[in-house]
Amino acid sequence: MGVGIEVTNLNAWYGTNHTLQDINLPIPANHATALIGPSGCGKSTFVRCLNRMHETNPIARVTGTVLIGGLDIYQDAKPVEIRRRVGMVFQRPNPFPTMSIYDNVAAGLKLNGYSNRRALDEIVERSLKNSALWDEVKDDLKKKSGASLSGGQQQRLCIARALAVDPEVLLMDEPASALDPVSTAKIEDLIFQLKSQYTIVIVTHNMQQAARVAEKTGFFLNGRMVEFDSTHKIFTNPSDKRTEDYITGRFG
Amino acid sequence: MQSEHRLRSRIRALSDGAATGLAVLSTLLVVAPLVAIFVYLIYRGASSISLAFFTDVPKPVGEPGGGMANAILGSAILLGVGSLIGVPIGISGGIFLAEFGRGTKLANAIRFTADVLNGVPSIVMGIAVYSLIVVPQGHFSAFSGGVALGIMMIPTVCRTTEEMLLMVPNAVREAALALGVPNWRSVLAITVKTASPGIITGCMLAFARVAGETAPLIFTAFGNVGWSARLDEPISALPLQIYVYALSPYDEWHRLAWAGSLVLIVLIVLAVSLVRYVTSRGVLKGAS
Repeated sequence: MGVGIEVTNLNAWYGTNHTLQDINLPIPANHATALIGPSGCGKSTFVRCLNRMHETNPIARVTGTVLIGGLDIYQDAKPVEIRRRVGMVFQRPNPFPTMSIYDNVAAGLKLNGYSNRRALDEIVERSLKNSALWDEVKDDLKKKSGASLSGGQQQRLCIARALAVDPEVLLMDEPASALDPVSTAKIEDLIFQLKSQYTIVIVTHNMQQAARVAEKTGFFLNGRMVEFDSTHKIFTNPSDKRTEDYITGRFG
Repeated sequence: MQSEHRLRSRIRALSDGAATGLAVLSTLLVVAPLVAIFVYLIYRGASSISLAFFTDVPKPVGEPGGGMANAILGSAILLGVGSLIGVPIGISGGIFLAEFGRGTKLANAIRFTADVLNGVPSIVMGIAVYSLIVVPQGHFSAFSGGVALGIMMIPTVCRTTEEMLLMVPNAVREAALALGVPNWRSVLAITVKTASPGIITGCMLAFARVAGETAPLIFTAFGNVGWSARLDEPISALPLQIYVYALSPYDEWHRLAWAGSLVLIVLIVLAVSLVRYVTSRGVLKGAS
């Protein structure tokens, strides 16, 4: 089951570049929350702070509090524990090129020392079914490399890989921006199904996509969160002038 | 208009043909020396290769026949010891340079040292190992020869490993980290595995290079006219034996030196092909 996220006074830097400033945001459990905003506004940095991937860059720094299911991820947990509970799907599909489809999905479990083969088989099948890829790959699981799939299939493989470690939260950083419309539609259907089981945070440049999949939407601009409300409200009657300018296409 | 268009497409076709021709010519120039050497070796050496060449030890001057069986075994032992030293140290060093020490002063110092080591003449390497191992021990040995070859392998293995690891896209590293895999494990199981074809090529390059080295062995392995498989005794090696025979005034020995050169090259090609074959099995369809 998904858990809620409570972000308080989050600040993040790359070197001297203050990329996130005083972000406060409650992300509800078992819903999809979309983050929109022009390029470079900090939305990718923000999701990378939710699974402590931001700090993998040596010049990066972060302050503030992030509670995930009540757990303070910067005070009371190690990065590897957080990343097992908070899965991530990246902008460009990034399957492990030397691994089979099966091994790609099982990678998170295997590399963390899980070796029960029966259980692995089941988890791989369930994860691939949950990511709507099973029917397309079930005959080549161990024969084909993850890199041999099409771009859209690769991205669903990456979603299956993230789901296999049984996270509570799924972060998606523009998961469909490198895909064609048909693949994009499949990913969106998937998000719709997955949000009953996971808390989903999706960064997107595509405002229609935000409107289609998310109950809540946050608008980021220049490292600050301008407005956070129900998606319906953001797209029909935003409270902030800047939000309105952005969604009506006046900039960005 | 029409004629100008035709002229342009004609120029384009001509320059395309010229570029292709140049590329083909360069390829031929690259391959030509190898083919020439190989053909010449077969011409001079093939007639002296017999079963005895692979089963007998060298005979004294004047006696016909004799072979280089002990030198072939010796080369295998020396290269085995050398690889056991050079490959693990070189790969570990490369992993450090690319994954853990990126941008640190220590890494820059190691990289610089490796590049300098790569340029050290092989005879100097032999003298260094001579004074470090042979002199304290008081005798020449296969072990010291292996150490000399191993040290020569380190910089090549180290730098190619680093280059190959740096070619692995960062997205692959991030994918592993985002699954909650600890960094060291992600490096070993994901990054190194992804780069392994290139790393193996680097090891093979280093192996093939030191397989033909004579200079570092003169003061260390020293050579041996009889059988020896012991690490603490002088041992024969193909390049050493070729060197001794080629310098001798006897025609019979000259012929054996040619045959030895041919066998050395063929064995190197076989060893490299074998490793390539073994490591290429199990590669998946569509893997890059």
